[in-house]
Amino acid sequence: MLESNKHSIFQTINAASPIDKVGVEERVARFQTRSIKDDAKAQGLKMVLSMIDLTTLEGKDTPGKVKQMCFKAHHLHDLHPNLPQVAAVCVYPSMVAIAKQALEGTSVKIASVATAFPSGQSNLEIKLADVKLAVDSGADEIDMVISRGKFLSGEYNFVFDEIAMIKEACGVARLKVILETGELCTLDNVRKASDIAMYAGADFIKTSTGKIQPAATMQVTYTMLLAIKDYFEATGKMIGMKPAGGISTSKLALHNLVMVNEILGPNWLHNEWFRFGASSLANDVLMQILKLESGSYQSPNYFTLD
Amino acid sequence: MENKKNASEDHQWLYSPSLESTSHIEIKDKYELFINNEWIAPTSNKYFDTINPADEKVLSKIAWANAQDVDKAVKAARKAYDEVWSKISAGDRSKYIFRLARMMQEKARELAVIETLDAGKPIRESRDIDVPLACNHFFYYAGWADKLDYAFPNQKTESLGVVGQIIPWNFPLMMAAWKIAPALAAGNTVVLKPAETTSLTALKLAEIIKEAGIPPGVINIITGHGDTGEALVKHPDINKIAFTGSTQVGKAIQKALVGTGKRSTLELGGKSANIIFDDAPIDQAVEGIVNGIFFNQGHVCCAGSRLYVQENIAEKLVEKLKHRMKSLILGNPLDKNTDIGAINSREQLQTIEKYIQIGIQEGSEIFQCEGALPANGFYCKPTIFTNVSQSSVLSQEEIFGPVLTIQTFRTIDEVIQKANNSPYGLAAGVWTDKGSKIFNLTSKLKAGVVWANTYNKFDPASPFGGYKESGFGREGGMHGLGAYLKIIK
Amino acid sequence: MSNLEVLKTYKLYIGGAFPRTESGRFYAPVSKQGEVLGNICLSSRKDLRNAVVAARKAQGPWEERSALNRSQILYRIAELFSDRKEIFLKEFQKQGSSLEEAVLEFSTTLDRIVYYAGWCDKYNQVLSSVNPVNSSHFNFSTCEPMGIVALIAPQNTALIGLVSLILPALAGGNTLVALASENLPISAISFAEVLNDSDVPAGVVNILTGKQDEIAPIMASHMDINALISSDLGAIENAIAEACIDNLKRKFTYTEDFNQPESQGLTFIADLQEIKTTWHPIENIGGSTSTY
Repeated sequence: MLESNKHSIFQTINAASPIDKVGVEERVARFQTRSIKDDAKAQGLKMVLSMIDLTTLEGKDTPGKVKQMCFKAHHLHDLHPNLPQVAAVCVYPSMVAIAKQALEGTSVKIASVATAFPSGQSNLEIKLADVKLAVDSGADEIDMVISRGKFLSGEYNFVFDEIAMIKEACGVARLKVILETGELCTLDNVRKASDIAMYAGADFIKTSTGKIQPAATMQVTYTMLLAIKDYFEATGKMIGMKPAGGISTSKLALHNLVMVNEILGPNWLHNEWFRFGASSLANDVLMQILKLESGSYQSPNYFTLD
Repeated sequence: MENKKNASEDHQWLYSPSLESTSHIEIKDKYELFINNEWIAPTSNKYFDTINPADEKVLSKIAWANAQDVDKAVKAARKAYDEVWSKISAGDRSKYIFRLARMMQEKARELAVIETLDAGKPIRESRDIDVPLACNHFFYYAGWADKLDYAFPNQKTESLGVVGQIIPWNFPLMMAAWKIAPALAAGNTVVLKPAETTSLTALKLAEIIKEAGIPPGVINIITGHGDTGEALVKHPDINKIAFTGSTQVGKAIQKALVGTGKRSTLELGGKSANIIFDDAPIDQAVEGIVNGIFFNQGHVCCAGSRLYVQENIAEKLVEKLKHRMKSLILGNPLDKNTDIGAINSREQLQTIEKYIQIGIQEGSEIFQCEGALPANGFYCKPTIFTNVSQSSVLSQEEIFGPVLTIQTFRTIDEVIQKANNSPYGLAAGVWTDKGSKIFNLTSKLKAGVVWANTYNKFDPASPFGGYKESGFGREGGMHGLGAYLKIIK
Repeated sequence: MSNLEVLKTYKLYIGGAFPRTESGRFYAPVSKQGEVLGNICLSSRKDLRNAVVAARKAQGPWEERSALNRSQILYRIAELFSDRKEIFLKEFQKQGSSLEEAVLEFSTTLDRIVYYAGWCDKYNQVLSSVNPVNSSHFNFSTCEPMGIVALIAPQNTALIGLVSLILPALAGGNTLVALASENLPISAISFAEVLNDSDVPAGVVNILTGKQDEIAPIMASHMDINALISSDLGAIENAIAEACIDNLKRKFTYTEDFNQPESQGLTFIADLQEIKTTWHPIENIGGSTSTY
């Protein structure tokens, strides 16, 4: 990228409005008063299911665990016809090959975290190698982490360049950029990191690794959705959004969708543009769907863990 | 915008109706006058309909008090003042008011639904704002009753006696609370007259007053039209009139009080400026603009109806505002997703429509949300006018509806002068991220309430009231007590 | 060498200058002893208009001065007033007071000026509040001056009534357009000279002389006057009250005997203050609390 281009990009980024957190909290509280019922709820819940990145990101992950999760990804609840499958599974690079095999012949995508996830504390060479491993093993999507230490010490150029280089390494794989908002502390930082990520080439921006609290709060997601909206207005390019970590109930998921609906509009209400990074959300949504159809409250015992 | 072409209709996600249930509420066919904790038929035997502005259906019949009825109510209040309320301990007064606050909280849901039915305001607002604020107002002032000495240190105070209170239709229950709570805490008794289009929640409050065992005559609620209010103002045994409503009626009341020795406080109209600087948190400012002018269909005396935007961000801000307006849901006030409910009355709707026509004729540019209005009931789309000049009728007169005028400014001096260039002085909003600029503006804006980086916030502890023709006296907070006490010099 | 007395011309005090009335009219009030006090300016509506224009111009800068500065300016009035004791004693007596009464009025007036000088930087602390609202906002209420105060001085005193009402308005950051006692006007003009020689900025206090019945109604209906204070206006009281309603002028009538030392206090300042409430969000950034 030409330095002069980058200069004007940073001018744009630096011109972003400040954010008043109390105002954001009030706005979010108002989204939460939206009452989603009946058909809208059924439609919403199915959308949520279709947008889930079913995730396992643990040191103790094994091929067995990953295979089971992959099976669940396209057999969410076989007793019920007409349920969508989840959007993707999300695993470590070492498990991508296993997942690839397990999901052969399905349309479930494979996302892999990379770039020395979750801390990002390594050098560029290793991060690029990490990405290459995942892509070569068949990942459709790469979830990278930004260098928060560099960001907080003001080295925005470094953060920008790193993202741009990772994007290049992704090839055809779509790049999700994890900001780890829990470490950025202020919404102004969240906004700035969102802008840097989008202008540096992110296809998606993502809140969190799931390893740090707080993770995907509605305040943070709201701030990032507004950044996406402004970016769209400025460039005409759609960027996807992925809140990850802490969204475990249908209600919270629906409130997130309400935000997407009212800020970005229906064009974003598709798993191409919106994802939930979650491990336990799917079953809660399934229980709600069955409750809606049967009228009876459901028990977790009737829904498979993975 | 090639991505836009991919937009597919089946992505549309429309919220299904989510109506608040009306099964748990009780509205009688007919309401009498509430005097001495009794329900008394009006002397004239006249009643008027109260309707639901959302569908124009009659909700109930309301007694129409005449001067004789007003006299009965004032006599009851005087007797209660002389024999009970001024005699019992301040601690007991406090406990009675606390009791009222708690019992209102118990019936909050019923009060909210009835408020929405009678006034047309969205259930989200009655439920989350009007009713909780009304309850909290009683709760706040309850504690003051036995602590008045701390509000005016080194000054001896006395209650006034019988207070006549006339309230408007925009926040029916909340205004009743704003009036009654401090009056009782200060040791006065009360005759309250609600607005004719919105009597029901005050009458439900009367039921609660009776149930709570407030001594008879301490709070009397008489319903009726302007003539009822006039009789109350002119009654010789009233010690004070507290009025919230239009500046025009406020002045008429004030004239009627000349030479009578009766005190008064007036909370009147406004044309408040909401000022957005280029360093403002712009997305929160957009919310503040929406809250400022579309809250309660713009039926708010302190509505941020004059928007001043710094010229270099005006285009961007107006685009964001329009986008935000598109997500406002207008419709049945009982629907939990409704943002914009019904206009309170046909008369008010006509007034608003008249102003919109004036705006169009004056050549200002109009923008309204899309979509059809409900077939029945009184509705007005959220409306903004751009390219409005300071001398436009639209930016001078109070419209009391969801109509915003937008002007641009270049410098801080210019906007201070324009903001203050009004006979009113109720409220103002300032949006900037710079602290020193906020304090500079808040001290120079001639308005009783200044919201910095927020708008339309209310709280029992926060004094509210205007400068200039927006009235005098404060409601809320420690200062609100001053309206119901005399200081013995 | 001639010992011929030089007579004083009594003029108005408007915008820091001492003009004659633009109308060219005068009246000649007579003291209790039957002595003509002089040819006193009979102010016209245009004099009042000019005084209001001067006051409006002075209002912003005056209220924006620091409270300490206002306090020092008011104290300076006391210093200069004290300095001119002989003049005022002579004038009080000329207007009908005994020496004893004159001495008393002078000392009460002096004490009153000092009393209100000391209030300038305190009343706002006493009358303001920080309000604990039920949301994440900092909320406080403070006093602000109402603006231009029209003052119709009590008729029965030469100076103490006028000063007892000028000073609290001034302490509170208001500007004034005052009408002196109709029959006892000359010490009001001498007091204007004190104000002019002290550091009170031009236009902050304007003093007219003339007929109460003529000027009071014009004051009451003037749309750029924010408040009107007076003692009981008798027959015209109600008409004045009614005329004040057009722009919702705040009106206060004081029936105190200002000769009494206790006829002073915070309420005289508070009556001429508006309460302004300001809100601002408080961000709770991060998860830390104030406990440690």
